[in-house]
Amino acid sequence: MKNSQNVAADAQANAMMGIKEHKKPGLKKFFKENSGFLYILPWLIGFIVFKFLPFMSSLFYSFTNYNLFKQGIDFIGLDNYEKIFNTPKLVKSFVVTFKYAFMTVPLKLVFALFIAYLLNFKLKFINAFRVAYYIPSILGGSVAIAVLWQFLFQNNGLVNTVLGVFGVEPINWLGSSKYALFVVSLLRVWQFGSAMVIFLAALKGVPKDLYEAASIDGAGKFTQFIKVTIPLITPVIFYNLVTQLVQAFQEFNGPYMITRGGPMGSTTLISLLIYQNAFKLQEMGLASAMAWLLFIIVAGLTAVSFISQKYWVYYGDEER
Amino acid sequence: MTRRQKEILNTVFRYVIILGVGIIMIYPMLWMLGASFMKSNSEIFGSISFIPKSFTLDGYKNGWNSTTYSFGHYMLNTYKFVIPKVIGTVISATITAYGFSRFNFIGKKFWFGVMLSTLFLPQVVLNVPQFILFNQLGWVDSYLPLVVPSFLAADTYFVFMIVQFMRSIPRELEEAAEIDGCNSLQRLYYVVTPMVKPAVVSAALFQFMWSSNDFMGPLIYLNSVKKYTASLGLRMMMDTEVGFDWNKVLALSVISIIPSLIVFFAAQDQFIEGISAGSVKG
Repeated sequence: MKNSQNVAADAQANAMMGIKEHKKPGLKKFFKENSGFLYILPWLIGFIVFKFLPFMSSLFYSFTNYNLFKQGIDFIGLDNYEKIFNTPKLVKSFVVTFKYAFMTVPLKLVFALFIAYLLNFKLKFINAFRVAYYIPSILGGSVAIAVLWQFLFQNNGLVNTVLGVFGVEPINWLGSSKYALFVVSLLRVWQFGSAMVIFLAALKGVPKDLYEAASIDGAGKFTQFIKVTIPLITPVIFYNLVTQLVQAFQEFNGPYMITRGGPMGSTTLISLLIYQNAFKLQEMGLASAMAWLLFIIVAGLTAVSFISQKYWVYYGDEER
Repeated sequence: MTRRQKEILNTVFRYVIILGVGIIMIYPMLWMLGASFMKSNSEIFGSISFIPKSFTLDGYKNGWNSTTYSFGHYMLNTYKFVIPKVIGTVISATITAYGFSRFNFIGKKFWFGVMLSTLFLPQVVLNVPQFILFNQLGWVDSYLPLVVPSFLAADTYFVFMIVQFMRSIPRELEEAAEIDGCNSLQRLYYVVTPMVKPAVVSAALFQFMWSSNDFMGPLIYLNSVKKYTASLGLRMMMDTEVGFDWNKVLALSVISIIPSLIVFFAAQDQFIEGISAGSVKG
């Protein structure tokens, strides 16, 4: 008896408190309304600890001579940045990185779009082809594929053998500073599958009646592609462009494993020198400065892409 | 030429290109597989055919034990960090996505923007200070630097993917569950998670393949050969063997990508759906 009375009284008290809370917005209400915040808290902690603080501290390190081997850390202002611009090897690596990115990104996107366009026609075995094209993207970053690439472009490797059938003299792909960067770039272009899948999904979203209308107006397949398809998928072109740019500027695995940056530094991308300075020479300050320069370049290009959006990217819902 | 003839010609043309490119894409891998069963370098080089004249397992046998530890040891090491990483990613990404797609709180838009911007943040800028941090924690030469961040939703790509998916799911069931007295955590566990399973599964699959192929992370953080992953083991083998037998290296390369290929073929539709869902809807 006593117990149940207590329970009832408690419940009543609670209910009253509940009502009170409702009337008077307080701390409790604030927590209740923002309880969703708790769910993003793990991410937020991770973001601060593993991204934001490292991001800021690498900017700080870039102004210091921090070296894990040596004692102490001195603030040296812009010396690291000056050193980068005065070291031909480092300047060259930036040039090589630009060459690499501007060679691979357009090639990869054009290729991906072209194949996606063909796959979008109703052909048989489409799924089998889609899978075949996609596999390289999955395995592309692995050491195994780097081994394969090195193997294909040996002096007596498959590529030269095939070229030999057409009467082309064997080419020293990996040993000449003229071709090595091209070989490394080709590895990335070969992985066009992920961009292709994204294009394919976008192409499927282009309404059929637009093609029919264009066709009635006498537009051929090519004109339809340029005037109808391309404008409608510009958002996806934009997405692929930005993600591919960001990735290309950071490329490490290919040149590191296939050519080790050689010959004559012709495939030494910035990321290779950052790795070497940071983890072989422990020059954390200099490596941070290089990383920040790279970041500024990538951020600049991303910003330009985002600003340029309004001139060429068509978002359907804006115009309606 | 009639319209119909032109149509047929176009179709043939398309097939030829698609088939030709397909062969260029796949042939190198077939050749790798074939060459791994060949006897010697002289047989491997100089022939276009990928079918071995005399089928032999020498490459596999000799390659397996060619370094201090067997290749199986490196493979096992790989999954020692990949599996916890996949689990961490799935749990933390789902929870974070739930927070962003189902609740209102102060600064939500801001934090979501921050999260999206980290998608474009180059990892290169973070490598040095992250290494210094993990070095101070004494985590270098362990799998912790590779695993722990993923328990805090470090791979925001997956959070974004799951958010997109959650947004497309109607909320009626959750509202019903709420009326029935489910708190938000119970709703996440019993109602939301089963419905977003396709997105979660494709996130897990992607993370599995990406991290099994990861090279730079293990390269930076693992020093002792005993802890090497398959990619580092393969790399070490290439470094130590001068004028090596290609069949050995190729055999191990084949072994190292088999798990990824199995996962891919078992769930190819998931992958292709996943990759297009993450980008196009966004």
